[in-house]
Amino acid sequence: MKWIDEFRNPHLAQALLTQIRERAGQPIRLMEFCGGHTHAILRFGIRELLPSALEMASGPGCPVCVTSSTDLDRAIAMARIPKVILTTFGDMARVPGNDGSLQSARAEGADVRIVYSPRDAVRVAQKTPTRPVIFLGVGFETTAPGVAASILEAQEQHLDNYFVYSLHKLTPPAMRAILAAAEVKLSGILGPGHVTTVIGTEPWKFLSDQYHIPIAVAGFEPLDILRAVSMLVDQIHQNQVRVDNAYSRSVHAEGNTTALTIMNRVFEVCDAEWRGMGMIPQSGMTPRNEYAAFDASKTFETTATPVSEPSGCRCGEVLRGIFLPTQCPLFRRTCNPENPVGPCMVSAEGACAAYYQFGDQPCED
Amino acid sequence: MLPIISLGTNLVKIEQIQLAHGSGGRLSHELINGLFRRYLSNPYLDELWDAAVLPEQGARLALTTDSYVIQPIFFAGGDIGKLAVCGTVNDLSMVGAHPLYLTAGYILEEGLPLPDLEKIVASMAETANRAGVNVVAGDTKVVGRGNADKIFINTAGMGWISKDVNLSPRNVRPGDKIVVSGSMGDHGMAILCQREGLEFDTPLASDCAPLNGLVQAILTHPGIRVMRDPTRGGLATALIELAQSSSLGFEIQEASVPVHEGVRGACELLGLDPFYVANEGKLIAIVSSSEAESVLATMRRHPLGLEATMIGDVIEAHPRKVGLKTLLGVTRIMDMLSAEQLPRIC
Repeated sequence: MKWIDEFRNPHLAQALLTQIRERAGQPIRLMEFCGGHTHAILRFGIRELLPSALEMASGPGCPVCVTSSTDLDRAIAMARIPKVILTTFGDMARVPGNDGSLQSARAEGADVRIVYSPRDAVRVAQKTPTRPVIFLGVGFETTAPGVAASILEAQEQHLDNYFVYSLHKLTPPAMRAILAAAEVKLSGILGPGHVTTVIGTEPWKFLSDQYHIPIAVAGFEPLDILRAVSMLVDQIHQNQVRVDNAYSRSVHAEGNTTALTIMNRVFEVCDAEWRGMGMIPQSGMTPRNEYAAFDASKTFETTATPVSEPSGCRCGEVLRGIFLPTQCPLFRRTCNPENPVGPCMVSAEGACAAYYQFGDQPCED
Repeated sequence: MLPIISLGTNLVKIEQIQLAHGSGGRLSHELINGLFRRYLSNPYLDELWDAAVLPEQGARLALTTDSYVIQPIFFAGGDIGKLAVCGTVNDLSMVGAHPLYLTAGYILEEGLPLPDLEKIVASMAETANRAGVNVVAGDTKVVGRGNADKIFINTAGMGWISKDVNLSPRNVRPGDKIVVSGSMGDHGMAILCQREGLEFDTPLASDCAPLNGLVQAILTHPGIRVMRDPTRGGLATALIELAQSSSLGFEIQEASVPVHEGVRGACELLGLDPFYVANEGKLIAIVSSSEAESVLATMRRHPLGLEATMIGDVIEAHPRKVGLKTLLGVTRIMDMLSAEQLPRIC
């Protein structure tokens, strides 16, 4: 078992596609919650293979994209505080805020460092004991346990210069907000594979119980995605609603209890502002009171005024599945990866970046 | 085993680079004579004039330069010294030149351990020897601690091009075949994984190697149109540049492109595309269809071309663009990335 080739087998893919085509008679619109799915669907050309009655809408599953401009402006303000070292995942550095980006703040002299893991940020704090080191915590339930572990590590080592600016977000409340707003009619949800590996399948039960929408949790290889789509089409065809798991080699009903325990020990649920979706109750994670000493938002006073999105940018609609990236008037015209107007064009997990990189079909020119 | 060098007087052994090593004074001379010349010695360098005086060539010359900045400076499969020789030798080789001479400029950070510098220079000497080139001139500067990252190396290289060799993207014709000399993405993933402390069951190693031997072997075939080494930006970027400069379309079969299992696994884990990951010991050749099979056979007889594979065709459709036929049989256009690939967050 090599775990990759088996899940890219073209013959099995064709068999699944045949099943999907046979059962997808009525118009179906599925939402892939996760930016990683959008990326894989376009990279392997899966969109082109699905029947025309089956439409895939992208969702809000891109951590960088859903970080609100106000929160980003606060992070930039923190980076500009003398002596502060702000550590961040690379994607975040390029997102334009109201007043430049972390990248431009660095060019102006702020000490912004790209790290691959929150543990690297703890190392920076160890090496520079006289300077405050802030880790910009963006991400979903997949990232939050690692960041929680970094806080525990800093505590164990009695580091008093390590801080986390927690902008972590929970995925089920965002899914609920999209369904509650009813702006887009969805027949099923392609569930996020990595998030569900951590949280388990239970938190998705509300989709069938309250919204009568089927979900199938999917991995990120072509066969994972096609199998989940096939399961959803079956549920729709048979008029059933349940939580299916097409990623059983990684996802278990109870989730990753170790990760959840660490996450819940350090963080508590709070309200959070999502780019494009506004304030969603109980959808964020902030350090509990006993870890307040590590909470950058409690230690560093910053002011950031709420700002409107850049003129013409439809990232909000893209994140809510109302628009395809190609329907945004700025796409490929004024907005491209070199000069991104909105975050969906910046992040490797952003829908616009995926459509930009993979969406071009061959044609004579 | 490397001989242990010691610089400075007999009373004080100096084991790290100091600012004085770049001063032009006694320590500079000790560094040049005790280290650089000791490994890199050849008649042109040994003259120690202001410039190397080289024999006439009576042929077209190729000249190139590149600067090498890498972290970590020692990595599985090589080090910055080996890289600085291979990179420049390979750039010369890609235009069909026989590399002859290199220059080496070093920017050293104060505090660099001398044994590290010695290992790097020894590795440069070994690689230069393997590639059959001489380092004929050099320069060393030392900057204060924190003003450079251990060591930066610039190498310039010169080579001669034989009369019958004329490689150019303008030579590319519809129907030509696209060949790669081996697996893609080894160098970039080895560096990334070592830098970030990621370990996998299959250890990853850089493919860093001088390609001039392989190139001279395949240039015995008449049908080589153009070559390119897919370094930064990887296979995809190099192919897009070739498609643009030849004004023709390319079509690549994803399933044909060799990618080692370990590299593929690491790429999937991090959310990276191996087609955009750097290589330092591989080449892409565009070859006339009539010669493609024999070029491939020649490549496979060379130690650096054992996994050579035909990966696609030059076509008239979608000029200046590279189509990738995915594993599922769908063709999509490959685009250049605007910046370095970053691992996914989620």
